[in-house]
This record gives sequence, C-alpha cells and structure tokens, in this order.
Amino acid sequence: MAEDTSVFDVSYVAHLARMYLCDAEKQKISAQLKDILAYVAKLNELDVSKVEPTAHATPLSNILRKDEVRPSIDRDKVLNNAPEQARGLFIVPKIVE
Amino acid sequence: MSLHTLTVHQLREKLRRGAVSARATTQSLLDRIQVVDGKLKAYLWLNAEDALAQADEIDRSGIARNGKLLGGVPIAIKDVINVEGQPCTCGSKILKGHTSVYDAFVVQRLRDAGAILLGRTNMDEFAMGSSTENSSWGVTRNPWDLERIPGGSSGGSAAAVAADEAFAALGTDTGGSIRQPAALCGCVGFKPTYGRVSRYGLVAFASSLDQIGPFTKDVADCALMMRVLAGHDRHDSTSVPQPVPDYTVALDKGVKGLRIGLPKEYFIDGMDREVDGAVRAAIKKLQELGAEIVEISLPHTDYAVAVYYLIATAEASANLARFDGVRYGARVTGEDVIDMYGKTRGAGFGAEVKRRIILGTYALSAGYYDAYYLRAQKVRTLIRQDFEKAFEKCDAIVTPTSPEAAFRIGEKTDDPLKMYLSDIFTISVNLAGICGVSLPCGFTASPRLPIGLQVLGKPFGEETVLRVAHAYEQATEWHKQRPGL
Repeated sequence: MAEDTSVFDVSYVAHLARMYLCDAEKQKISAQLKDILAYVAKLNELDVSKVEPTAHATPLSNILRKDEVRPSIDRDKVLNNAPEQARGLFIVPKIVE
Repeated sequence: MSLHTLTVHQLREKLRRGAVSARATTQSLLDRIQVVDGKLKAYLWLNAEDALAQADEIDRSGIARNGKLLGGVPIAIKDVINVEGQPCTCGSKILKGHTSVYDAFVVQRLRDAGAILLGRTNMDEFAMGSSTENSSWGVTRNPWDLERIPGGSSGGSAAAVAADEAFAALGTDTGGSIRQPAALCGCVGFKPTYGRVSRYGLVAFASSLDQIGPFTKDVADCALMMRVLAGHDRHDSTSVPQPVPDYTVALDKGVKGLRIGLPKEYFIDGMDREVDGAVRAAIKKLQELGAEIVEISLPHTDYAVAVYYLIATAEASANLARFDGVRYGARVTGEDVIDMYGKTRGAGFGAEVKRRIILGTYALSAGYYDAYYLRAQKVRTLIRQDFEKAFEKCDAIVTPTSPEAAFRIGEKTDDPLKMYLSDIFTISVNLAGICGVSLPCGFTASPRLPIGLQVLGKPFGEETVLRVAHAYEQATEWHKQRPGL
C-alpha cells in the first residue's frame, strides 16, 4: 500500500472523476483524505499474499439471458427527464470538430 | 381509536374484515403526518390526492378483503427507489425535478400485494452517511429528541415508522443504513442476505453491498414485508433463484435449542455503558428463553471499516459517473462536454458525495488499484471467512447495532472518520453478504433514547434471524414504546 499519502494530488483525481472542486473544497478534502488514508493503511498489517479477493457475496457467476426483443421503457418518457432533448435524442455539446 | 398507531398485521386484519377502508386508513396517516412531520421532516414528497386515489381504487376493487398481504396498507419509500410517476432525487440536488419512469421490482411487488405507495422519505445524499445530515433537502429529526439525528442513511424511513407516520417503509442498507437508523429511532429494520431481494430500480451506490429491506413497528410485520419483497428477479443478475419460505411461519418456534454466538470483538472498550448494559440484559433474556450462548470470534472485525470505505467508495465512484448532466437532472453548461461534466458534477453533488467519489476514484486509479482496492477485496475474503467459521459454532449472532444511541445534530459533521466509525458493528455484515435485523432492546436514561439489538444470520438464514428477534420481542415491551411527539 502507498505509505506516503502526501503525494495525493486532489486536482488530478478530481479531473479523473470529471468533477470540479473549488480551492476550499480541494484543501478540505485533501486534509480529510490524508486522515482516512492513514486509517486504511492498517490493512497493511495483514498478510494477504495467499488470499483470493471477494468481488461480491453471491454464489452466482456469468448470469446470461436470451438475446431476444422485449418491450422497453417509452422513449419520450425517458427523454422528458433530460436537461436538453430534441427529435428523440439527448442534446450534448459538440464532441468532434 | 387512531388507526395510524396500528401495526401492519393489526391493520390488515381490520381491512380484511372490512372494519376499516383503505381511504380511512390513508386519511388517518395523512392527518398524523400533517401534525408531526413539520417537526420531523421525514418525508421529502407526499401527494395526499394521489395516495387517496390509490386507496379508493383498492376500496373499489375489494382487494383488501381477498387475502392480499398488504391490501390497503400505505407504505413509505426511501427516495432512492423508483416509483413510476413519483419524484426520485436520492436526497441530491443533482436529481432535482427527476420523475421515475418505471417501478422498481420491490415497488411492483408492493403494488401486487395491494399496498399504497404513499410518499418519499429523506436520506443522506445517494445513501452516503449515518445521520441523514447529508441530504440536500435538510436534516430529519429523531422522534425521541428533535435535537438529535435519526441515524442514516435511511433516516426518513426510520423516523416515519417510529413516529407512526408510516405503517412500514422501505430502506436500503449498504453498510448499516437500515439497521443503524432503526436502532436509533426505536423500530425494526431488516437487511436481507445479498441476492435475496432484487435491486432492479434501486439507484446503485455500492453494487456489491447494497440491499433493500423493510422498516416496521414489530418483527411480525418485518416477516410479512419480507414475504412480499423477497424473490428472484431476472432483471437483477445478483438475484438468487432460491425459494422464498413463508417467513411468518417460523416466528413462533422460540429459541430453545438455538446456539447464539457473541463475538468478543463486538463488546469493546469505549462502547456506551448504557448500550452495553441493555445488550447484555437482552442476551440474558435470550438465555432465559432457552438459547445456548456461545462465545465466538470474528478476528478481522477491526479491519472492516477500512475495507468498507475503500470498496464502497470505489464502486460509488463508478456508479455515480452516470450523473453527468446528459440524461437526467440539472446541467451546468460549459465550453465543451468535459467542462460541462465537471461543472455539473461540481455544482450538483454535496460534500460527502464528493469526498467519497474522490477517495473511490483514487483507490481505483492507475498505480493504486492493487494497493487499495485489490487489498481491500482480499481482506473482505478474510471477513467473510470469519463469519463462515463462526456459523459452524452457532445458529445466530447477537451484537449491539450501534456503539451509541442517537448523537446530536452537527456533532460529527466535521469529522468524517468519526462518522464512519459509528457503523463499526453493521459494516461487516454487508461485506460478508449475510442477513441481519435491528430491534429495540432498551433506552438510555436521560435523555431517553432507543437502543438497538442486532441479530445476524447465515446467508439465506432470514427465518432463524426473525425467529430469534420475535422470541426476544415477545418477551419484552420495548417495541410498544412510542415517542411523545
């Protein structure tokens, strides 16, 4: 585990999360996360070299369904919740030049 | 007599005999809400007209009289579960104005059972919190002391049931969000085994941990609600196709011959003395009722909070990526699409959600994944194995639900780690995927605040858990206590 939490770069992580933070938020979150990361460092006490990870707790895996056409939720109803829509589509800012 | 004070099974009997109508029942609840919810703020949304229209439809069709499990019974829903045509904000301003376009599986089950979908209850934003203080729409108050928190994240549902503002309610439990508020408000809260209840239509927080479950006034109601909610759903690939027993049948079997485990790691220094005393008295009571008490060990308990806050935040950071101002909710416009995402999410999420998205994104980021997320998943295996070994020695486990009674509003808001540690007794259950209930087992002296007893069972051991809880409840009077609002 990364011992040195001082390298924690909140601006970089906020960029990865596509979430703007103001300077005051960055400062506060950095300080609080330092404490939290110091706390979770206790997991280093354990030897887990021979332990398999648990992703979830059900006995199930690879649940598949038949590839068949079924009714879905009405398109107009879904679009009604969108901030911007037109002609049956979500409208977003231009992505490719 | 006021209808709103009845339990579901008492009310159901009256509805079935035709002694009361669904409309009278609903009106009685609406009147109660009118009187007390200004103080508690358990509900975020309520439409009296819509609720009464549903009630009239039930009265017209007569389904309350034909044995439907919840015919004519109004139920409150946590604001994170979709009810078609009703708002769903997850306690977050990023979803302000959002209207659900479909019913969650559990909501469809409630409708099929004849329930009335009454209204939406308050919660910590995206179910992240232990106090309901993280709601974008204001804090819910504890019905036993209005200066205190109701617990969280399902604080609105817990407060509504405890204050007779709902006969029963749905909540969700990712690390204790049903059991802890049930303990702090003095009602019954059940977290089913992972895979027992479909999450289709639940807005996901941490997908490997989330479960939906009921809040009720007593254990018999809890069993009734579980009968309605449990079952396989092909829309949720984690839903386990295992038959659902009639949970109400096993209730009266008693605890004679059952082995009840006490994990020594859960009776710790620093626990509130009155909580410790109440739980120990409850254990004595179970012993008097014929249970055999055995000491067990869950040696990795001390690592559970650390594991949880890495796994839950990592999963949340992925799940909440969908709130980007494109398909739903508020949008803040930007120079380009990346700028729009950043501004929308920066403006829409509250402090705790941002903190967790940052922690989760960091734990999953290149160079840190193995050190944080993968290591946490491995320790999760050790925690799961602790329970597997413990359940070789016992049929159920009894612990306190929370190390303390309800704390004051604002007491822990500046120290997230302190807030996280208040979930210390509930978190392991979600990591292990087992089931558990919290039920009332006493009160602190001054102020008078409820204390919760937690009963845990094996995967799909719901019947045993309910059986232990019911035996204890029927031998005590705690569940009959109501706050003097």
